[in-house]
Amino acid sequence: MVKNSILKKCNHEKGKGMKQMVSKVMMGAAALSLMLAPAAWAENIKVGAILAVTGPASFLGGPEARTLEMIVADINAKGGINGNPVELIIKDSAANPEKAVSFAKQLIEEDKVLAIIGPSTSGETMQIKKIAEDAKTPLLSCAAAEVIVDPVASYVFKTPQKDSDAVKMIYKEMNKLGLVNVAVLADNTGFGKAGAEQLAKIAPEFGIKIVEKESYDTKDSDLTAPVAKIKANKEVQAIINWSVAPAQSIVVKNVRQAGWNVPIFQSHGFGNIKFVEVAGAAAEGVIFPAGRLLIAADLPADNPQKELLTQYKKNYEAKYKENVSTFGGHAYDAMVILEAAVKVGGNDRAKVRAAIEGLQNLPGTAGVFSFSAQDHNGLTIDAFQMMTVKDGKFVAYNGTGK
Amino acid sequence: MKRLLAILPLLIVVVLIQLLCTWTGTQFYLTQMTMAAYYSLLIIGLCVLMGYAGQISLGHAGFFAIGGYLSAALTTRNLMPYRQEWLVRFLDAGGLLQSGKDMYGADLLVVWPWAAAIFAVLIAALVAVLIGIPVLKLKGHYLAMATLGFGIIIYRLVLATPWFGEADGISGVPPFELLPGLVVRGDVSGRVQNYYIAWGVLIFGLFLLLNLIHSRVGRALRAIHGSEDAADAMGVNISRFKLQTFVLSAVFAAIAGILLTHFNGGIGPSEAGVMKSVRYVAIVAVGGMAHLWGAMIMGVLLNFLSLRGVFGSYDDAVFGLILILIMLFAPNGILTLISRKKEQAPEPAASKDEEA
Amino acid sequence: MTTELFVQYLFAGITYGSIYAIVAIGFNIIYNTTGIINFAQGEFVMLGGMISVSLLPYMPLPLAIGLAVLITMVVGALIEIVFIRWLTSPSVLRMIIITIGISILTREAAVHIWGDNIRSLPYFAGNEITTIGVLGARISPQVLWVVGVCGVMVCTLHLFFKTTSVGREMRACAANRTAAILCGINPRNMVTLSFVLSAGMGALAGCVMSPITYTQYDIGTGLAIKGFTVAILGGLGNSGGAVAAGLLLGIIEAFSVSVVPLAFKDAISIAILLLILFVRPHGLFGSGEAARLKAF
Repeated sequence: MVKNSILKKCNHEKGKGMKQMVSKVMMGAAALSLMLAPAAWAENIKVGAILAVTGPASFLGGPEARTLEMIVADINAKGGINGNPVELIIKDSAANPEKAVSFAKQLIEEDKVLAIIGPSTSGETMQIKKIAEDAKTPLLSCAAAEVIVDPVASYVFKTPQKDSDAVKMIYKEMNKLGLVNVAVLADNTGFGKAGAEQLAKIAPEFGIKIVEKESYDTKDSDLTAPVAKIKANKEVQAIINWSVAPAQSIVVKNVRQAGWNVPIFQSHGFGNIKFVEVAGAAAEGVIFPAGRLLIAADLPADNPQKELLTQYKKNYEAKYKENVSTFGGHAYDAMVILEAAVKVGGNDRAKVRAAIEGLQNLPGTAGVFSFSAQDHNGLTIDAFQMMTVKDGKFVAYNGTGK
Repeated sequence: MKRLLAILPLLIVVVLIQLLCTWTGTQFYLTQMTMAAYYSLLIIGLCVLMGYAGQISLGHAGFFAIGGYLSAALTTRNLMPYRQEWLVRFLDAGGLLQSGKDMYGADLLVVWPWAAAIFAVLIAALVAVLIGIPVLKLKGHYLAMATLGFGIIIYRLVLATPWFGEADGISGVPPFELLPGLVVRGDVSGRVQNYYIAWGVLIFGLFLLLNLIHSRVGRALRAIHGSEDAADAMGVNISRFKLQTFVLSAVFAAIAGILLTHFNGGIGPSEAGVMKSVRYVAIVAVGGMAHLWGAMIMGVLLNFLSLRGVFGSYDDAVFGLILILIMLFAPNGILTLISRKKEQAPEPAASKDEEA
Repeated sequence: MTTELFVQYLFAGITYGSIYAIVAIGFNIIYNTTGIINFAQGEFVMLGGMISVSLLPYMPLPLAIGLAVLITMVVGALIEIVFIRWLTSPSVLRMIIITIGISILTREAAVHIWGDNIRSLPYFAGNEITTIGVLGARISPQVLWVVGVCGVMVCTLHLFFKTTSVGREMRACAANRTAAILCGINPRNMVTLSFVLSAGMGALAGCVMSPITYTQYDIGTGLAIKGFTVAILGGLGNSGGAVAAGLLLGIIEAFSVSVVPLAFKDAISIAILLLILFVRPHGLFGSGEAARLKAF
């Protein structure tokens, strides 16, 4: 299976080291001389990636790792960056922060990578933010929480869109529809937590009132009871379901099964067609903001992202036989940004960092990136487009809600 | 004195590893050696509980998390806005607070790490007593379930409590100055020092436990493990010894949690997860239940490899496989296999303790 | 609380509860014949769901489910034969660790076979938005399927143990192994059979619940913990107790939502278990005597 080749690759690469380490402890310190510093790869551009390929956040890390493998192979097939091949080292953290810390130090000090892509979750990113900053190594996080880039650390960037912008998109739409009282359901991941915070913070600006609030576990398998509780509150006019995990589809189903025809808004964490498939008919009419990757084919020809999006979608789906998701797109963007920055700054951490801050109007999957010294996300609210689900497919939302 | 001599080869190996790493320019190995040492501290504590007192605990990650999370929460919570409150002023006057700056240069007023650490250890011990009294009355599957349940409750609590950072955990934990000039911290400049701090703590812990298991307490524990009824008849106060061992292992876990959290600069909910507890039990089993040296060596080895990502995406699978193979073919630990085949086990004391 | 809300909570609780009960009965069947707790019980549920979803494109739904249950039964038998059959009087601790290891390996095998995606079977009747009204509350017809299938399974199992000769032989092994051997029963085969039975039950439950809860490679652990909780709550080995405890726990969980935040749901159900273990170590419905008799 192609998909699993990445899982395997993570192992192969260190097989040698393992044997060495076993012998070391077995036979004492003498074996240490085997572990001399790895041979220098002077001209290779080394890129490290810390991703949750397995474990509770595998639905993020899996597509991210597969995407990186693909794009790096493409770059190298075209002769690398500035003629230098890219060497990708993927580390599977399984969403464990302590592993992310260990891997970050390993990649920076031992593998001497130019930059690190990832981690997949905001918790892990926050744990290694200071390490990357202290070691002056660019970190391009694939996690969404705004604390990653606010306050700005000079070496830390992130590629997913801002939560606050997603919240504003949703609230704007609610204002148009005349919806005021909402129930917020968020999952208990870092993404859900950050989203719930932004929803509460921005609500007064738009005159929105949060009347019910719950957080559910990513492994919850039936949410009929909390949905019943929220439904019993007659004030609720709409539901905002903020999650990045499969459990978000269960919420949607349980709401519809309760015979409740309330408008449901979702976050950009809904950007995986798998979530629509398992929610089936219940997903119809769900409104959410997301990057344009999901509706690449329907974009007008003059859209700056169109070419890149359709190509990514086509290549990914051909190679891995699974639908493209916005999560994999975040890793794609990280590599696109890095590629553009290396073209300017060469194989040098500080210069690459400076080059990223200078990037303007660079199309990616999440939007068009324009970085500055203050803005290490580079995306504006325009990166989002409101979408809905129609006949089991993502389509642009045209403003005719219920 | 005999025990001190047994520790000596270990000390030499520890120093040799550091010197070799420095000479060959591979000092980065010390980072994971440091982290592995802290996990091993928990593991040797658990080894005494499981192997000597015969009590399984599927919830030891919970104690690790209590230590790590409490010290992390106390040393990162900025008290600046509350400095007029009487409690904060009282703590400040008592010298229990320290000021500093975060990575963006903002002023911080947080609890002094020593105060936080002592508080965290005390709480862990208290929880261990409160949980231990009823739990240790249970046996077999009921004991397994109760300790597992304790672990799950701790996991759920840290995941649901904003004060503990929910899913994100706590980051930005400051360095911990043990003694003037001796600081637990994660940056490159403190690497060698922290390697020795971690191994110093681990060796000290090992020394304590080796003494313990060869003392009256140890004999009582072995009697309990052999037959509770017989030990009871001989006048051994079973429940007291079991409880003491439980609390001791919880304190070891909490100390490991505190130090590793300061070293890593943060902690996340995965440290409290069920999988972690299972791993610790697995490593103790692989080392040979009643075999402190085996538990320590396996703890260092497996954690070192895992933290370096050697197993890649098969990390859990490798642990599962090791667990099954050892339990099926060598229920007394992997070292029994090795020492049977060739007599060059790294530590001469290993075989001695095994007989005990 | 309105009747409508009450009924809604009640049905939610019964849905979770019957799934917990099935997993717990799976634990009990194996516990009764072997005295061990099979921590890999949850993986049977996962395997049932996963295999049936994989088979569905090639055959009609009932056949896919039937075949999935059969395959999982074979897996159950293999696990017993490979890992457990040849061990002579292993300690409780050793068995706990071995079955935990089996659980981890099964899960890791599943992620490398099926990947990390969620899957589900289609609804047996209607689709994701079909509902039926009960006393003003709205529930999915699949809930009735889950409750119905679980109920039928429990009754069939009861009849199997009471009336068939194989069932009686299994009970004989559970009650007194030595006496059973003297009567010419091969207890090892009975142990294998108990693994096959509980694997089949788990797999069927996994298929029926899959439209509601989805199936993913890692759902087993959570279910095993809940099932274990229920098995202990009902008194180990007591299947009637497991049904009662399962429904009770499910209903408590559902109603707890109205009082405390959802995030603490699991902490609460486990805390209840701990309290009960402390005051009644043999579980809510098990008595010391019943536990010794190991009645089904």
